[in-house]
Amino acid sequence: MIRIDGVGHRIGNAPILHDITTHLPEGRLTALIGPNGAGKSTLLRLVGRLEPLQQGRISVGGHDVSTTRTEDLARVMAILGQQNSIASRLRLSELVGFGRWPHHRGRPTAHDHARVAEALEAFALTPLAHRFLDEVSGGQAQRAHIAMAFAQDTDWLLLDEPLNNLDMAHARALMGRLRDLVRHQGRSVGLVVHEINYAAAWADHVIAMKEGRIVAQGDAHEVLTEAVLSDLYEAPIAVVSHQGRPLVLHHV
Amino acid sequence: MDRRAVLILGGLLACLAGLSALWLLQGLGDGNRGFILSLRATKLAALVVVAFAIGISTVLFQTVAANRVLTPSIMGFDALYVLLQTLLVASLGVAGFAGLPAGAKFLSEIALMTAMASGLFGILLLRGARDVPRMILTGVILGVLFRSLSSFVGRILDPNAYAVVQSVSFASFNKVQPDLLPVAMGVTALAGLAAWRMAPRLDVLALGRDPAVSLGLRHRGVVLQVLGLVAVLVSVSTALVGPVSFFGLIVAGLAHGLMRSTRHAALLPTAALSGAILLVGGQWLFERVLGQAATLSVVVEFAGGLFFLYLLLRGHIR
Repeated sequence: MIRIDGVGHRIGNAPILHDITTHLPEGRLTALIGPNGAGKSTLLRLVGRLEPLQQGRISVGGHDVSTTRTEDLARVMAILGQQNSIASRLRLSELVGFGRWPHHRGRPTAHDHARVAEALEAFALTPLAHRFLDEVSGGQAQRAHIAMAFAQDTDWLLLDEPLNNLDMAHARALMGRLRDLVRHQGRSVGLVVHEINYAAAWADHVIAMKEGRIVAQGDAHEVLTEAVLSDLYEAPIAVVSHQGRPLVLHHV
Repeated sequence: MDRRAVLILGGLLACLAGLSALWLLQGLGDGNRGFILSLRATKLAALVVVAFAIGISTVLFQTVAANRVLTPSIMGFDALYVLLQTLLVASLGVAGFAGLPAGAKFLSEIALMTAMASGLFGILLLRGARDVPRMILTGVILGVLFRSLSSFVGRILDPNAYAVVQSVSFASFNKVQPDLLPVAMGVTALAGLAAWRMAPRLDVLALGRDPAVSLGLRHRGVVLQVLGLVAVLVSVSTALVGPVSFFGLIVAGLAHGLMRSTRHAALLPTAALSGAILLVGGQWLFERVLGQAATLSVVVEFAGGLFFLYLLLRGHIR
């Protein structure tokens, strides 16, 4: 479980998060939703120790984020930020190979190579493995970054808007793969997602945020209702049911 | 390291060995062989040390800055060293400056330089890492500031003291400081070894801050260590031959082009060796073939400047 306890955050004078206390349950797919500027990404980055914690406590699977060695945290959680422009010229297979670094620290074994091949295969990147990052499309590069986080083979996988740049088919395939990880491999996933129907269709647990506060949290059924969403996005939003899951009609 | 990298490194090493033999033995008459050999060997060692220092420091700096156009000199590292020298001469006087034991003075200068550069550029890189244009501008302005301060202090010195300052403020491969050579060789070897040992961590650092932190790299610590090594190596090369702005750019570009890989275990030795080949070969050409009709430092800076423009025009700045 990821415990977030009394976390506040400011950037300059602007308050981003106000005293957030919540948790991401273990063995489930948790979606963070909310309008722009709600503080979703900041919260995820604080959990992934990409930003220093200013106030409060966060622990991931019992490891306190501010006191645990960062090398050890890298074997507990993998986090993928939103901006992934890499300056060096890398092949896709090399990039995904870095996902194994926390385990081998520079001396890859046969096992590491096997896991990299597996990750490339899982994200349909094997035919592109020898291409350079700047020779593939944005969506393919995004998949390679997700494959790198996947290859890190951690209990927790935190993804900040992983659906960016992905077409419909790949977005659906990614969500399906993430749910597989949760159902069959006992991993836990937290992600920030903007297209709310992906959360509606795939998430087990939803945390809705607005202006640095948590507005609602719980099962997808409980959170993704007309009342909560209309209030969250300050716009009238209809929710219907499709195959037993909520379907949000926000675009009409 | 793959076969290709090993082959290239072997080729570079053989090339450097051949050039060194040519440098040492060409036209060696029956006269005072020992004297000529020791004279030539000193200069050869100095050139190789300088090339190693510049090559390695530039690759390190480009990795930490996530940018292929920057070099420590463009960011004002060597200007900082010259400023330190000038301030030393100004405060101690020529006699005091010259009276200090060369080795100890050099080592303490390196220590001071490392502390200052790590502090200054550490703040710059750790705070502004995501804002490359601001970082470049700040670095360039700092460089100008250091140079202006040196020239201001130079103006208020008496002419004798100024002559001493001047000798460290211009690049010249013809007059190296032989008394510093043993210390410089030791320091460069240690710094090079440290950089080589960091190679896997440097590979991860090159991914950028967020991925590196996610993979469990102690980002801040590694950045400061790398900047420290850069400061040490720049001090060495500046002390031996004076500030060289664009040579590192050529060498780092060459290393990236030759290796076509981002593994630092291969990049660092490639940069060091190709730098040494360029310097020894160039100096041999200008000294022995062209009879000092031109100076290597000027040609290196000219070619490096052109390469800099080429990189800028190709839009490599990022």
